[in-house]
Amino acid sequence: MPEYKWPDANDRDLIGKRISRLDGPVKVTGTAKYAFDINRPGMLFTRTVYCPHAHARITKLDTSEAAKMPGVKAVRIIQNVGTEIQWALDEIVAIAATSEDAAEDAVRAVKVEYEVLPHFVNGEAGEKAPQAKAAQQNVVGDPNGAKAAAAVTSKGYYGIPTISHCCMEAHGQVCEWTDEQHLEAWCTTQSVAGLPAQFAEGTGIPAANVRTHCEYMGGGFGSKFSVDRWGVECAKLAKDAKAPVKWMLEREPELTIAGDRPSAYAEIEVGASQDGTITYWSSKSWGSGGPGGSGSPPMPYVIQPANRRHQHISVPTHMASARAWRAPNHPQACFLTMSAIDDLAAALKMDPLDFFMKNAAITQRAAVYQEELQKGAELIEWKKKWRPRGQNGPGPVKRGLGVSMHTWGGLGHNSNCEVSIFPDGSVEAKLASQDLGTGTRTVIAIVLAETLGLPLNAVKVSIGDSSFPPSGASGGSTTVGGVSASTRRAAQLALEQLLVKVAPDLGVPPEQLEAEKGTIRVKGNPTKSMPWKQAAARVGMTPLTAKGANPGAGKLIDQGVGGIQMAEVSVDTETGIVKMEKMVAVQDCGLIIDLKTAESQCYGALIMGICYALTEEKIIDPVTGRMLNANMEFYKLAGIGDIGELVVHMMTGPEYDKRGVIGLGEPPVISPGAAISNAVANAIGVRVPHLPLTPDRVLAALEKGGMS
Amino acid sequence: MQAFEYANPTTVSEAVKALAVTGGSAAVLAGGTDLLSLMKDGVETPKRVVNLKSIKELQGISYTAGKGLRLGALATLDELMQNAKVKQEYLSLVQAAEGVRSPQIHSVGTVGGDLCQRPRCWYYRGGRGLLAMKDGKSMVMEGDNRYHAIFRSSNGPAFFVNPSSFAPALIALGAKVKVTGAKGSREIPVAEFFRIPATEGERENVLAHDEIVTEILVPPAAQVRNATYEVRQKEALDWPLAAAAVALQMDGKNVKSARIVLGHVAPVPWPVPDAEKLLPGKAVTASLAEQVGEAAVKGAMPLSRNSYKIRLARVAVKRAILRAAGMEV
Repeated sequence: MPEYKWPDANDRDLIGKRISRLDGPVKVTGTAKYAFDINRPGMLFTRTVYCPHAHARITKLDTSEAAKMPGVKAVRIIQNVGTEIQWALDEIVAIAATSEDAAEDAVRAVKVEYEVLPHFVNGEAGEKAPQAKAAQQNVVGDPNGAKAAAAVTSKGYYGIPTISHCCMEAHGQVCEWTDEQHLEAWCTTQSVAGLPAQFAEGTGIPAANVRTHCEYMGGGFGSKFSVDRWGVECAKLAKDAKAPVKWMLEREPELTIAGDRPSAYAEIEVGASQDGTITYWSSKSWGSGGPGGSGSPPMPYVIQPANRRHQHISVPTHMASARAWRAPNHPQACFLTMSAIDDLAAALKMDPLDFFMKNAAITQRAAVYQEELQKGAELIEWKKKWRPRGQNGPGPVKRGLGVSMHTWGGLGHNSNCEVSIFPDGSVEAKLASQDLGTGTRTVIAIVLAETLGLPLNAVKVSIGDSSFPPSGASGGSTTVGGVSASTRRAAQLALEQLLVKVAPDLGVPPEQLEAEKGTIRVKGNPTKSMPWKQAAARVGMTPLTAKGANPGAGKLIDQGVGGIQMAEVSVDTETGIVKMEKMVAVQDCGLIIDLKTAESQCYGALIMGICYALTEEKIIDPVTGRMLNANMEFYKLAGIGDIGELVVHMMTGPEYDKRGVIGLGEPPVISPGAAISNAVANAIGVRVPHLPLTPDRVLAALEKGGMS
Repeated sequence: MQAFEYANPTTVSEAVKALAVTGGSAAVLAGGTDLLSLMKDGVETPKRVVNLKSIKELQGISYTAGKGLRLGALATLDELMQNAKVKQEYLSLVQAAEGVRSPQIHSVGTVGGDLCQRPRCWYYRGGRGLLAMKDGKSMVMEGDNRYHAIFRSSNGPAFFVNPSSFAPALIALGAKVKVTGAKGSREIPVAEFFRIPATEGERENVLAHDEIVTEILVPPAAQVRNATYEVRQKEALDWPLAAAAVALQMDGKNVKSARIVLGHVAPVPWPVPDAEKLLPGKAVTASLAEQVGEAAVKGAMPLSRNSYKIRLARVAVKRAILRAAGMEV
């Protein structure tokens, strides 16, 4: 068995370089096929009867007219008379027809009556909400004593709303039965290998009879782990209709029911000693993520004062159930915590950079955060630009700086990879993994090519098919660690087998051989070599294959990262409009496989963070319980002109490399809300307590603070 | 989308005939940026769609000395923004078009369509009617009205805001809209083109069901300093939260007469005659512009969630005046 490890820094041809994603060209030319693009012969289209009420009981349901409509091939009653519906746009009836329009006409012909029941959609109500559930208070040290002893305390109320995942590619799939017992499905999913068991459970066939595909996907962000009811019902429609069926969600249900990051609100009191060390923390938070309420954000976040207490209240609402959203609970905890301690810095009249630097000492990664804060401060010119709150210019437009810090795990998930070396020299890695748009395919190719000493275009990566060796769901920043480790192990093992076959030709023992520059050559004597293609011919008539797994032998991965972000904003105090000037992200993630896609992860996260900081929220109508802005018009996302200058700095070097690969999807999206909110507070001299920082909220805060 | 008949007339008279026989169940298609989404969402379900884009006489932008500007109803936002005369004399129109932050809408959206587009009120778009009444109560009053009207009339419970980008500027410039129907053509001041519906089913403009907008006539404005200022949160496509258009006739350094019209604050474009009166005989200064802004929002009656729009309207007026006067905003 080979010694599994990453190549030394000076032996890396590809790893750590800036390499463009391999599937960029097929995506921008439109040849990449997403689930939405799959069109099978004879395929039917689905439209759905959704419940228009947030809380209701079905009293009458008649699909007989709909079933007779032209083009209708299957009608499935998903929820029948008597069922109590818990959120708006829950699915009642699904209809498969020969065209979307025919299905839509049939949907209109379905007669449903409801007994409308009272709804509750105000997650901010906290303890006053019906069915609010308070968790046990968590206490460390002596908060009361610390409060009394603190030189300065600061108290505030902060809130971050429910947002939708808003995937560009809506949820859904195409289902096709190849015979009575075998199902094939093209899904947009974060879990290619996990879906067969879920389809099997829903349809009553063995999981072994289900094959799922996801070659490309247009975003998941944590909302696409499940087959979902529309997946199982799509399979059932296809079975009933004896034809392939496509069911992709329309934009309104996509935003209303297929994505939901829980809200979080908190009353926080925090105190410090005169030198700026935070000694006291007390918080009560609450929030909602639908009927199940919400989990507790980990508070206080990152910074761990010696004396602290926290309590969370979960508020059930008549909204669709929460789904994991990129770094579940962290953006909420980060915004609430970092806003509160930034307000404490202001109360102490301390520069937040110095304050954060000092209190990095009471985190789990003090040295990393301090190095990152230093780097970030250089990149944003903090010491040159920072002014105390309320001293940011005489005109109506005020500039401000803010900082935040965050953490994440990112340990690689379970993964299996099969590497084949074919007699003609071609090479393939197969994994039932998926590329959410993050660069997974590219990362696998880099590891495979690097390990075999081949150029990137000499290797093939096959993912997105459940018939390949299983790899974990892509969530929680677990993919890059999982697939890079399993691929490295499989490739090293395959190479070892090849070297055994080639060694006699080169007249040295296999352990004296290496794969470099497209050859198999003798270590220390590169002239004694054999071209890769010639070496591969030694495998015989059939390909040589090897399997690698994660976890496995050797230290290839790690977990636990810290990152900091800084924001520079300008705020028009007459209109309340916040404009992004610049954001700096400084992030570590261990050994970086592809510097370019790693940086791209951070750019994407910053843009997503700017959206939830400035514009993004689910607006739920108190009258109807319906989401009012379930469209791309009023569910506001930033455009290119709204994001300002973005600067990403990845921490690299021997100390980071030696940890191995760590996931990066979540960490950089955690801090933007806090960093931007802190920058706005710095600019205008007063805290805007609620995200997003829309003009109405900014103006209200200015007015309340007597600054307007 | 429900099935519909499609008519493709090549003259105005054919278009009017195609509309006249439908008794009001037809929709007029120009750029389609609004109508198609209304139909796809099932908010509008016309039995017939009458396409205007094949009618040549509705196209083009021309300028006649002494008479002014003629905008064909089908003139696109792009055509307007690139027209040399418009760029020279009618900056308020160019600025309004630039506020539509979408190259796609610039390419296909039309001036006539801008005037005739339906409100963006989310209750209306959610299929709850233009007045959004439920059990005799306004859903807007009880619900989320952050983007709704801050001015109302005695004319019933309309709280949507007029969505037109050009109407405030056109009214400030004294423009007329020419419409043609079965009974012939008429010219209507743009200010009188819009109305506040009193009951559900009434439209928000005065067009009869067989009438179409054929052109917009804007008087010469070489001597008129004019500007539009929109308050939008985003640089990317985003509806204004408030807007103001200003047209100032100058007498040397002093204002001779002024027209100021607010947008996105009422069910119709909202002229503010009392505020206009503060300007004549005076030179524009920042503090005067501020005073006019304050006067412009007198009488505003905000709903539960939109009082911030009063301040935005005030600022829009101030900045539009300063912009018209060529001062820094």
